[in-house]
Order: sequence, then C-alpha cells, then structure tokens
Amino acid sequence: MIPLSRLVLGIFTAAMLGAVAQAGPTLDAVKQRDYVRCGVNAGLPGFSSPDDKGAWTGIDVDVCRAVATAVLGSASKVRFTPLTAKERFTALQSGEIDLLSRNTTWTLSRDAALGVHFTGVTYYDGQGFLVNKRLGVHSAKELDGASVCVQAGTTSELNLADYFRANGMRYSPVVYEKAEQNAAAYDAGRCDVLTSDQSQLYALRIKLKHPEQHEVLPEVISKEPLGPLVRQDDNEWFNVVKWSLFAMVDAEDLGLSSGNVDEARAKSKSPAVRRFLGLEGDKGRDLKLDDAWAYRIVKQVGNYGEVFDRNLGGHSPLKIARGLNALWSAGGLQYAPPIR
Amino acid sequence: MSGAPQGPRPRPWNNPRIRAVLIQGAVLATVLGVAAFLIHNTLHNLEQRGIASGFGFLSSEAGFGIIQTLVSYDESSSYGRAFLVGLLNTLLVSGLGIVLASLLGLLIGIGRLSRNWLVARLAGAYVEVFRNIPLLLQLFFWYFAVLRALPPPRQSLTLGQVVFLNIRGLYLPRPVPQPGFGWVLVAAGVALVGAVLLCHWARRRQRRVGRLVVGLVAGLPLATGLLTGLPLSWEYARLQGFNFSGGLVLIPELIALVLALSIYTAAFIAEIVRAGIESVSRGQTEAAYALGLSPGQTLRLVVIPQAMRLMVPPLTNQYLNLTKNSSLAPAIAYPDLVSVFAGTVLNQTGQAIEVIGITMAVYLCISLAIALLMGWYSRRTTLAER
Repeated sequence: MIPLSRLVLGIFTAAMLGAVAQAGPTLDAVKQRDYVRCGVNAGLPGFSSPDDKGAWTGIDVDVCRAVATAVLGSASKVRFTPLTAKERFTALQSGEIDLLSRNTTWTLSRDAALGVHFTGVTYYDGQGFLVNKRLGVHSAKELDGASVCVQAGTTSELNLADYFRANGMRYSPVVYEKAEQNAAAYDAGRCDVLTSDQSQLYALRIKLKHPEQHEVLPEVISKEPLGPLVRQDDNEWFNVVKWSLFAMVDAEDLGLSSGNVDEARAKSKSPAVRRFLGLEGDKGRDLKLDDAWAYRIVKQVGNYGEVFDRNLGGHSPLKIARGLNALWSAGGLQYAPPIR
Repeated sequence: MSGAPQGPRPRPWNNPRIRAVLIQGAVLATVLGVAAFLIHNTLHNLEQRGIASGFGFLSSEAGFGIIQTLVSYDESSSYGRAFLVGLLNTLLVSGLGIVLASLLGLLIGIGRLSRNWLVARLAGAYVEVFRNIPLLLQLFFWYFAVLRALPPPRQSLTLGQVVFLNIRGLYLPRPVPQPGFGWVLVAAGVALVGAVLLCHWARRRQRRVGRLVVGLVAGLPLATGLLTGLPLSWEYARLQGFNFSGGLVLIPELIALVLALSIYTAAFIAEIVRAGIESVSRGQTEAAYALGLSPGQTLRLVVIPQAMRLMVPPLTNQYLNLTKNSSLAPAIAYPDLVSVFAGTVLNQTGQAIEVIGITMAVYLCISLAIALLMGWYSRRTTLAER
C-alpha cells in the first residue's frame, strides 16, 4: 500500500516525469537527436558565458563540447540551457538536459540524494570573500556583524553559515538568485562582503564599477570540487561523460594538444598515445563510440591545460593561476585514470 | 394493474437516467485511472532514479542563515523551522500589505469622487498609473531605483539620532520590556475586556460611552505603567563596525515589497471603493443632508456602511491577489516562503516535489482562510430584510 503522503506527491510530479519514463538510454537519444543538451551557468566569465558574438565560452562549456565531439563528432552540436543555481538539479532530474556542467560542487548529499552522478572534477575551487579595500579588513575573521551577499541554493550559503558559527561571529545574509544580482547588490553597498567560490569572485570582480578597489581575502573556507553531473539511472551515458573529461586531462598528461595531435597520430610510436588516439587497443567500442573519439576531443576542444589557459588562465582576462588545478605531475590535483 | 396501454419496454441504454449514471461512472473511472497511472509512474521513476522522497528532511538541520526571522532561528535549526520562518515572513508582508492597501485604497477611492477638481484628478491619475504597470516592474522600481539610492551606513539619513535610514534598511528604537512590564500587559488585557463589555452594555441601553472606552483602554495600562515605574526602555540602533546593531530594523527588501504590493493593490481597491459608494443611491445622501448631517458624517454613517456590503466580495479577491503576489519576493531577496523554502530548502535537499507540494498547499490554505474570514464578515453585514 502506498502511504498517503507519497500518493499526494505523485500527483504533483506525475506530469513532469511522465513523458521521460519512456525515453531510452541517453546515449541513443543524443545520437538520434544529433545534439547534446547541456545545462550551464547563465553568465560566469571563465566558466560559461556568451561572448560578444553570442557563442558560449568557458571551461564548463568546453566540457559540454568535449562530450558532443566524442559522441557526435562536432564541438558545435550542443544546445546550451542557461540555468540558475536553484533550477539546475530539477532540470537534470526531469530530463530537460542530458548533462549539467554548471560549476556545481560535488558533495555527499547531492551525490546520494538527488539521483545524480558526478563524473569528475573540472575545477578544484574553494570559497572566499570579496571586500572593498576601504573597509580596511584584511582577514575574514574581522567580518563580525557584516552583511553578506550570497547566492541562493549554493553550498556557499551553507559554508558561510558554518564559518561564522564556528568563529562565533554574527552576520546578515542577503540572498539573491543570480550571481549578477549579488555582484550588483554588493557594488551598490547593500552588503559589505560578497562570498562565493574564489574563481567566481575573480570573475565577478571584473564586472564591478571599480574592480581595483576590491580584494579577495586570503581565507579559503571550504573545499569546492566543481564538476559535471548526469542522472544516475544511465550508466552508459555516465561513462561517456566521465571519460570525455578524463580524455582532456590524459591528453595533457601525454603531451597531446590541438596543435600536435595530428602529427602524433601520424608518427607516434608510444603505445599509450596510440591507444589514446584509437590506433590500437580497445578503442571506443565499450563506450559505444567510434575509435577516434578521444582524438577528436583533443583536436577540436584541446587538452585540459589548453582549455584552462584559454578560459581561466594566462590567455583569459581572469589570469587565475593553475594552483590546485595543475596536473598531478606538476604538483596539482588533476589526475585521470589511464585510457587502456 | 393499470389499464393504460404499454409500449415495448425501453432498452436500458436508452433510459436517460441509466445512461447518465453510466457516462458519469465512465468519466470518473477514467479520471481516477489517469491519476493512478500518473502517481504510480512518478513514484516508480523517483525510486528508479534514486531520488530521495518523503518528508523526513523537515527535521534535519538547515545549516543556512536567514536575514529576517520573526521566531528564534539559527543555522542549527531544522528545515521545518526554516519553513515556519518563511511562512511567517510571508504572512507579515501580506498582513502589512493588506492593511496599507485598504487604507490607501479607501482614501484614493473617496478622493476620486471628491468635488475638488484637483483631488479627483490626482486620485484618477494614481489609479490609472499604478493599475497599469506590471507589479514586478513596480517592485524593481522601489527596490532598485528608490531604496538602492540610499546612502551607505556611515552616511545614514537620521531623525534626531534615533531613527536611521540607509541602504541596509530603516532602523528604529526597539522597545525592551523591563521587570514589571507584565503588569502593564495584564492591565491592558483587563482594560480591553472591560471596554468590550462596556460597549455591549452601552449598545443595549443606546448610551454613548466613546470617551469612557478610550479613557479605559489608554488610561488603565498607562496608570499601571506609572505605578510600576515605567518598566519599558528603548534600545537604540548604534553604528558598530560595518553596520548598525541593536534596535528594530526593517530591511529594504521588506519595505520595497510592502510598498509595491500595497500601492499596486490600492489602485484596484480604490476602484472597488468608488464603485461601492456610487452604488448607494443618491437619495440616501440627500436624505442624510436633509437630516442635517455633514458630508463627512453622511459618508461615515450612511454611505460607507451600505457600500461595504457590495465591496467585500471584490475586496476578498484583492486580498487574495496581494497574498499570492507576495511570492514575487525572491526577485528582490526578501526571505518569504518561496525564497526560503521553495528556494534554498528545495535546492539543499533536492526534494522538489515535496517542497513545491507543501508550498502550494500553504498558499491554498492562506487563501482559503482569507476567503472564509471575508465570507464571515460579508454574512454579518448582509442587509437584514424585514
């Protein structure tokens, strides 16, 4: 017998999930549709934002493009759905998008209770505080009594509460739905402090009226591993997204980049490189992809280092150092299982 | 046996009564069947996808802060408590909005009928302007254009260093009850009960006791207060660090939402008031004048009480609208039910169905409660035909 409460619940969502139930495995659906539906941030420089020509750019966007390249052969076969932090999980759960690549922190409760799988980490981040230099604050410990702007429905909202509670400080949270609203409210003086993942703070700072008047405080108050996620009822698709991400990191590890991958394909004798490029070994068979899936990712999207550099690092306006996101061999945390 | 000639018995499906029962039964069965299918399908899908369900989350720790709480709440409180905080914030904004909108609407509505050309035109312009601009835009106007332009805390506008206004809100002195304040409350209670009894008695005897009632309600608590040595002190807001602390703070999100809701709804209420007044026949007014009542008295004693009966049902609609419109709050970061519960809690728990279900049920209950209350008032004021 179904308990009444669950019965009532059922009525509300029936329509929402009803249609999706019949849909087949995601990979087949994507191939048939000939484009990947990817949920991204509506506007976060470096992660996902439309450029002056209206094309989406950013590291999260490039993850979507890598998946599209592996599955459909072209980095342009993606339809992006801009989502707020609040909307993102429901969009994925209900089948509106195939994958969510929207600077989302991997946590236990999200992994276990939302019916989703995180497929890896695109960016190792941590939460910080942005303040106006005129406040004369040099440490987050001096923020007692401050008004803090924070985005609704994020881990930042929880970490903020934890940090102030742990340090016995008071604060008033001002909670907006969008990152831009937060930045605008902070800029107008509605709050003293803007808190979010540090990478976001750097990205939002560029948009302020006088970016040079603001600084990010040294404290990092949380671990924020950001990565893409998929529904957990489709392991085939989970593998495809997971290995598309791994392939970018492995490519950097193997020294393959969009510039030299053609040459390596013609000349390389290294078994690891030849396996990666689909010239020997199991190739793409078990992923239900063709042999050249990883080659195409490197050729069209680039390796992880190139993607980072183009969107967040030296060749971007953000100029964020690789830091934790350097390869394991260079003292960072980026490490992908081998392709063999 | 009757002797009337009997034709062949009609077949059962040609009997209108049987047919009606059959058709209604089929429709009901179809509706129930579709509902059962949808419910089963949803539950099956939720389970298959490993999405948590049930209401257990309400007792887990919320772990986030809320800027305005009418009951005690901190980060270690439960999601259920956060729900209560959101609900009370919604009720607060709706209650304030309803009172202000009614007062403003009454004034503007009467103003539209004024014989003073300027007053009538101004009231007319008010109605046309505020009725015809979408509420969300008005909300943005008050919040982003008006309140965002206020100075930072250190350059606050102030009224005698007691009241402060800045971009973070309006800071008022907060009354702090001292020991002995309980007696004042007791006295106030006694005075109120006494006043009600007195009025009841007076109505039976057709006596006028207005002054006595005012004296009782105001005087008794005041006298008690003086006797116990004024057991009430005021806590003033003071600039401390970045912000004002202490005192009573009205956050700008609350001010903007109440302003937008009441100004918008007042335009509709004004029209209802005007229509109500115009529906009272002209002869009533003339009769009142003939009896020597002043225009003010005529309005207060003759026209409004009769107009009220016609105004209540459309007023109920406006109150319901206002309450439901308060769910625009998340657009300006006011922590109402939608923002706190259907926003943050939904996102932290991921249990969209339960959270949205509860939220919808709550709005339904609030609306029905308002409708019931207004219905009761409406029945009480119905014209008793003799």
